[in-house]
Amino acid sequence: MLADKDRIFTNLYGLHDWGLEGARKRGCWLDTKSFIDKGRDWLVNEIKASGLRGRGGAGFPTGLKWSFMPKVVGERPHYLVVNADESEPGTCKDREIMRHDPHLLVEGCLIAGAAMACNVGYIYVRGEFIREREHLQAAIDQAYEARLIGKNNIHGWDFDLYVAHGAGAYICGEETALLESLEGKKGQPRMKPPFPANVGLYGAPSTINNVESIAVCGTILRRGATWFNSIGRPNNVGTKLFCISGHVNKPCNVEEEMGITFRELIEKHCGGVRGGWDNLLAVIPGGASVPCVPAIQIIDSPMDFDSLRNLKSGLGTAAVIVKDKSTDMIRAIARLAQFYKHESCGQCTPCREGTGWMWRVLTRMADGRAEKREIDMLLEVTYQIEGHTICALGDAAAWPVQGLIRHFRHVIEERIDQYSHNADHEGSLARVAAE
Amino acid sequence: MSVRRLDPVQPESFAFSAENMAWAKKTIGNYPVGKQASAVIALLWRAQEQNAGWLSKPAMEYVGQMLDMAFIRVYEVATFYTMFQLSPVGRKAHIQVCGTTPCMLRGAEDLKKVCQRKIHHDPHHVSADGNFSWEEAECLGACVNAPMVQIWKDTYEDLTPESFEKLLDDLVAGRSVKPGPQNGRQLSAPEGGPTSLNDKSLYNGNRTFKRVEAPPPPPAPPAAAAPVAAPVAVAAAPAPKAPAKKVVAKKTAPAKTPAKKKR
Repeated sequence: MLADKDRIFTNLYGLHDWGLEGARKRGCWLDTKSFIDKGRDWLVNEIKASGLRGRGGAGFPTGLKWSFMPKVVGERPHYLVVNADESEPGTCKDREIMRHDPHLLVEGCLIAGAAMACNVGYIYVRGEFIREREHLQAAIDQAYEARLIGKNNIHGWDFDLYVAHGAGAYICGEETALLESLEGKKGQPRMKPPFPANVGLYGAPSTINNVESIAVCGTILRRGATWFNSIGRPNNVGTKLFCISGHVNKPCNVEEEMGITFRELIEKHCGGVRGGWDNLLAVIPGGASVPCVPAIQIIDSPMDFDSLRNLKSGLGTAAVIVKDKSTDMIRAIARLAQFYKHESCGQCTPCREGTGWMWRVLTRMADGRAEKREIDMLLEVTYQIEGHTICALGDAAAWPVQGLIRHFRHVIEERIDQYSHNADHEGSLARVAAE
Repeated sequence: MSVRRLDPVQPESFAFSAENMAWAKKTIGNYPVGKQASAVIALLWRAQEQNAGWLSKPAMEYVGQMLDMAFIRVYEVATFYTMFQLSPVGRKAHIQVCGTTPCMLRGAEDLKKVCQRKIHHDPHHVSADGNFSWEEAECLGACVNAPMVQIWKDTYEDLTPESFEKLLDDLVAGRSVKPGPQNGRQLSAPEGGPTSLNDKSLYNGNRTFKRVEAPPPPPAPPAAAAPVAAPVAVAAAPAPKAPAKKVVAKKTAPAKTPAKKKR
C-alpha cells in the first residue's frame, strides 16, 4: 500500500483547509519558482522522465503531449486548456481535486503554462460542478491576490487563468468538442488532424490536459521525476486516484499506486465486495467506456493501463464499478447504452443512430424479447459504429456492449429462452422492429 | 441526443439585473477581443438562474444581442446543453436524479419512484402545488456517493428512499437541509473513516520535500555521442527503469542543482 507521505492529494477528503494557507502548509506552491526558472525544456523533460501518463482516460504520456507545442511562439498565442469536464460514469476524482485541493491544480496550470509558453489558461469545468467551480475560482482569486499567478507575478512567468464551464454535455470531455464549447458553440468534436497543438482554441496552438494530470505536476517536480517513476510498474508509474463505486461495502475515492491489484484495492479501502468475494460478478475497471471484465479475470489483476488492456478492457479514468451477483448485467449495460444515446452529439450517423439502436435492442434483450440471432446482429452493429465516427464516443458506446456479449452471451440467451418459454407472450417470436 | 424544444408559453422580455450585468461584462472580459461568444454558456446559465431556473426565448435573444451572435447560434447552444431548462421548473426545487449505471446499481430506480409518487409521474413536469419538478440526469459525477440527486447548486448523496423523502419534506417545510452525504460519512471517504491520509505528520504545517534526483547518466560512450537534436519519439521514450538506481538515489543527499540530463 502506498505510504501516506507519498500521496499527492493530501486533502482528498476535505478534512483540512482547501484555501491558500492550508495548501501551503501541505507543501503546495513550495519551490515553484525554482522549477519555472529552469525553463521550458527542463520542465518538459522532467515530466517526460516522470513517466506520467494522462489521467483522463487515454493514458497518453503527458510530457510527450507538452512537447508537441510549437517551440517558438509565433503570431498566435499558446493556450493551456484543462479538461475538468469530468462526466465519465463512475468517475468523481477531479471533483475532489477542485473542491479540496484546488491550489495543486492552479499551481500545475502555471507550471504547464510555463512549460508550453502559454500565458493564458482556461479550466473548463462541467456545468454540474457548481460548488467545485466556486472553490476553484476562489483559489484562483487567492493566487492572483498573492501574486502567484497573473501579470508580473512572483514566479516570473505571466499567466492568466480563467474558469469556464459547460452545461451538461458529456461529449465536451472530448478535447476538440471541449474547444468548440469553449468557443461558445455546440460541443461537436472536430476532425483531426489538425491536432490542437497546431490548431486548437481560437485556431491557436493549444494543449488539453486532464485535471489530475496537471494537478500532480507540482509535486512531481518537488519530489523529482525519479520519485514518481519509482512508484508502480514499468510504463505504468505513479499514483492514481481510484473511484470505487457500485457493490462494495464502502465505496470511496482513494489515491493508490498504479498497479495495485484489484483485490488489495477493494480489501484495503472498500471493506470488500458486498456479500464476499464469491459474490463478485463483474467489474468495469475504468469508467463506463471500457468493457466489463468478469470476476475471475479481474480479482488478482493489477490495476494499470497495460494489465487491463491485456484483459481487453482499460484503466480509463480508474473509475472502478463493481457488480455483484445480484446485478442484471443486461439491464446495467442497457442503461449505459441509454447514456450514450443521450450524450451522442448527433454529428456522425453511425453514432447518432447506432447508440439509440443499441439501446432499444438491449432494452428488449433485458426482457428477453429478442431472437438469439439478434445477439450477433447487435455485435455486428457495434463493429459498424466503432472506428467510424469522428470522435471516440462511438467506440465508447460500442465497447461496453461488446464486453457484455463477450462475457455474458449465455445470460442473454437464457433470458431469451426464459421469455419464449413463458407461454402467454403472443408476440415473443413475432418480428419486433429494432425501432 | 434528446429532443428539446422551447416552451410554448414565453415571457415578453428579459433583461439582466444590474448585478448580473456587471458580472456578465467581467465574464466576457475573460476571453480575447472578438471571441466574446465564448461567454455564451456562462451568460445563459446566469440568465437561467435569474429567471426562476429556466431559460426563456427572450433571454436567449438578449444574450445573443449582448454577444453579437446570430440568434440561431444561441438557440443551438441552449438546446444542445441539457442543463438549460427550456420550460418552467418547480419553485422550491428542480431535482436531477442521477440514473446512470453506478447510481442505478445502488438504488437510483427507487429514488425515481419516489419522484414519480411525490412529484409527477413524468419528468420535466411541475408538481400540482408548483413546488417541485424532476428529471433523470446522466452521471452527475458523485459515483462513490451513489445514489444521489442534485438540487440547484448542491448535491445530496448516499440517499435512501426514506432519506430522500425526508429531504423533499424538509424542502417543502422550508427547513434547512445539509448538502453532501445524508448518512453522516465524510464526503468521499470510506464509511467509518478514511483508510488513508491518517499520517498526522503531513499536516503539521510545514511540509517540505526532498527531491529524488536521477543518478548521473552512466559514462557510456553511446550516451555521450547522442546527437543533440534527437527525434521527438526517441526523446519521449520512457526512461529505462532500473530498480537499483532508485535505491542509490534515495541514499544520496539531494544535490542543490539537479543532475544534468543528457538525452
